Amino acid sequence: MKKQNFKGWLYLLPAIVFLGVFLVYPLIDVLIYSLEEGYNSASQTFFGIGLYNYAYVLQDPYFLQALQNTLILVVITVPLSTGIALLISVGLNAIRPLRNLYQTVYFLPYVTNTLAVGLVFMILFKPTAYTDGFVNLLINWFGGESVDFIDGPYWAKMFVLCFYTVWVVMPFKILILTGALASVNQTYYNAAKVDGTSRLRMFTKITLPMISPSVFYLIITGFIGAFKAYSDAVALFGTDLNAAGMNTIVGYVYDMLYGNSGGYPSYASAAAILLFAIVLTITCINLLVSRKHVHYH
Amino acid sequence: MNVTLQNLTKIYPSRDKKSGKEVVAVHDFTFEIPDGKLIGLLGPSGCGKSTTLNLLSGLQKPTGGRIFFGDEDVTDLPAENRGVGLVFQNYALYPHLTVLQNILFPLQNLKGKDKLSKEQMLEKAYDAARLVQIETLMDRKPSELSGGQQQRVAIARALVKMPRVLLLDEPLSNLDARLRLQTREELKRIQTQTGITTVFVTHDQEEAMSISDLIVVMKDGVVQQIGKPQEVYDDPANLFVAKFLGTPPINVFTGCVRDGQLYIGNAAVLDVPGAADQQVCVGIRPEGFIPDEQGALCCKLSGIEVMGRDISVVSTHDASENRTIRSIISAENKVDVTNPVIRFSLKPSKVFLFNESTHARVAFRAD
Amino acid sequence: MDKRSDFKNLEHAAKHKQRIRNVLIYTFLTIWGLMVLFPFYWMVLTSLKSYGAYNSEFIPQLFTLSPTLQNYLDVFTSVPLADYLLNTLIFTLATTAIMLVVTVLAAFAFSRLEFRGKNLAFTLFLSLMMIPSELVIITNFVTVTELELRNTFMGLILPSVASVFYIYLLKENFSQIPDELYYAAKVDGTSDLKYLLKVMIPICKPTLITITILKVIECWNSYVWPRLITDDQAYFLVSNGIQEIRENGFGRENIPAMMAAVVVISVPLIVLFLIFRKKIMAGVSRGGMKG
Repeated sequence: MKKQNFKGWLYLLPAIVFLGVFLVYPLIDVLIYSLEEGYNSASQTFFGIGLYNYAYVLQDPYFLQALQNTLILVVITVPLSTGIALLISVGLNAIRPLRNLYQTVYFLPYVTNTLAVGLVFMILFKPTAYTDGFVNLLINWFGGESVDFIDGPYWAKMFVLCFYTVWVVMPFKILILTGALASVNQTYYNAAKVDGTSRLRMFTKITLPMISPSVFYLIITGFIGAFKAYSDAVALFGTDLNAAGMNTIVGYVYDMLYGNSGGYPSYASAAAILLFAIVLTITCINLLVSRKHVHYH
Repeated sequence: MNVTLQNLTKIYPSRDKKSGKEVVAVHDFTFEIPDGKLIGLLGPSGCGKSTTLNLLSGLQKPTGGRIFFGDEDVTDLPAENRGVGLVFQNYALYPHLTVLQNILFPLQNLKGKDKLSKEQMLEKAYDAARLVQIETLMDRKPSELSGGQQQRVAIARALVKMPRVLLLDEPLSNLDARLRLQTREELKRIQTQTGITTVFVTHDQEEAMSISDLIVVMKDGVVQQIGKPQEVYDDPANLFVAKFLGTPPINVFTGCVRDGQLYIGNAAVLDVPGAADQQVCVGIRPEGFIPDEQGALCCKLSGIEVMGRDISVVSTHDASENRTIRSIISAENKVDVTNPVIRFSLKPSKVFLFNESTHARVAFRAD
Repeated sequence: MDKRSDFKNLEHAAKHKQRIRNVLIYTFLTIWGLMVLFPFYWMVLTSLKSYGAYNSEFIPQLFTLSPTLQNYLDVFTSVPLADYLLNTLIFTLATTAIMLVVTVLAAFAFSRLEFRGKNLAFTLFLSLMMIPSELVIITNFVTVTELELRNTFMGLILPSVASVFYIYLLKENFSQIPDELYYAAKVDGTSDLKYLLKVMIPICKPTLITITILKVIECWNSYVWPRLITDDQAYFLVSNGIQEIRENGFGRENIPAMMAAVVVISVPLIVLFLIFRKKIMAGVSRGGMKG
């Protein structure tokens, strides 16, 4: 028996070591960091314990800008991407020919490097030497004025960021939703059809409740993912996001840690914990709301 | 509402592209279902009975032929405009809705002049619920109901909009044996009470025999025989029908007819006046055997099973197609199990002859 | 007769509606398909334009009549894209391999072995799934810096080799293998390790493939950790590399060459995807997430 015990822990050892060093210890450590006031990374000394780091972060204009950007991004992209993905999935579910082709194409963004393809979006929106860029060409065609999407007004930059974010998160959502739709038993639709149910009613009264767990799952993961947005913004606007006014909370954390303004792990920790608290709160609210509206089989 | 099927045919394109062979699910089905009757569509799986039901409901379109509800040609009418009620094998109750919401569902689909007020809907829903005796379960979810209760809810949902025709797909197959007996009587009661023309599909001959006004026996998409259950049992059109109906199943022997005599092996077992000389399959119902020491049919006795009222005699014979012959005789007969053989004489009305190659019935005059 | 033609009309109308609906659906699906594909087209197109041609366009051109491969030469000669690719390959292979070993061993212990404290340990493991990586990356950065592992493969690889979620996924799969197989193997004198290698791993191959694919995609695209931990170009991965190329490469803003680099970076995963399309999509729907 003793030998068995030893053996079990031996097999677990690598996982415990790695998780302990790189997950558990940092979790505790980050809490401590966030409470140590005036931490100096060179001398590894600090003045005292308290909430000063949080107070500093919360009134740092860069953090507030990042918070605002992140919130706008979340509020726009989560409902939009989930909604469009639902429409596309319902469409996919209704056709037979070419379905596989469409599904394959729709999945492509998932397997691309966010940074690399982000650059393509940048040049689509960015003016070149003598032109205003491809997107502005389209806008001009429809009689609109050119907009500088990359270095121009705030709303234009935010539009590009949201657009790219939706483009990137779409494959996962379409994949999950088409799977959920396909698993709804066909007899429910037959039963409804015999009863003369309209298509809209079938969708709202049968399809939606049946796939509600998947939709809800996507909304929760969508919120979490969007709150952690960072690389998309870097791809579009470069590493100095504060200068572009397009930083996100995660970006702020990294900049505080290491970057042009870096070297402040205490502030970074406080900001990271704030982010975690926000995400946790939103997820809890989501869970509470879902109790009422989600049907689990 | 009487329902008429005219040369109804359904052909599925071949699934296997290479062989290119089409599947004929229903072949040239013509039948007029009288108003207010309970019809059992009976056959082994894959015989086309479910396809026929789907053609009636409008969920599938026939390849040829027409369907009439009364005088109306409904062949091209989509399911939603036919006014049929359909009960699915797995009931297809919406799991996220309560019993009441499930029953209300079809009513809420009505539009325009047919639209009902909330009170009218509730009244109809409760009427339907009372009919199937589930009015106390209205607030439950389907997952909180037993199989039999779910079945009733499904029937109530199909009945609530007063369909012109009620269709049931294997209505009893998901219930356990005891519940099945109860529910089939219940089905008959509901059908009689509402007077709605009802068609149900089953592979269980006992179920079909016990409650149907008429049964339709199908095989490979072709109707074999239509008639009242007892008539079909007593007068099967071919060997398939004879074999399919009856428990225990009919005993089949190979034999031949010579000079108005039926021979099994070398023994002339029965006078069959009017039958031409030929090789035949002989079907003998279990109750068609009479133990008789002078009897012509001599079987090797394997054993008996006492079942109270009756005795089931198990024996074998070289000419028998089945491994054992089962005959049911009254318990008043004494059978000596130590005897190596048992002799039977036969009741002519329980013996059917079929041509050996076509399996069609060969008639003879029973005296 | 009247009624009959009524129904005919009804059927006709239904067919008509169905056709219109199909046209609408296909149009909508095609529009999104184009939105997905267009950036890929634009990236390849731009990478084939010469620097001069691209920058002298007065209207963005949707095609090019004089494609050039010069940009592809440039990305391998004037910037060290080949090194970035090699680094990423090493990083991806090493991380995935170590991760698989760690995951298999842990999943095996949780599913097959009996030892004291197993249930408690597993509960603790599961609770670790909730910890977001953004929270722990700060200390990891400090740890790696203090261990003087910055700008080394060790520093890049070590923090991302253990994944609670993958251990959980594999453990669930391992647990589905009937106990009888284990006892049968025991009776035949098979050691635990041999049983793991010869029976459990082959049976759970699909899950292992899923985990591998997800990890490879994750590694190929990872950006944040490499960016924090490397500032020596010799250790850049493709994500950092492309960012470096964008900001400092080619001595000028050479967009066609940049696009060539993007194409080179994107091709491996897309090829992998097209080969293992079904496996990857099934795997991602089981355990994938991007964000």
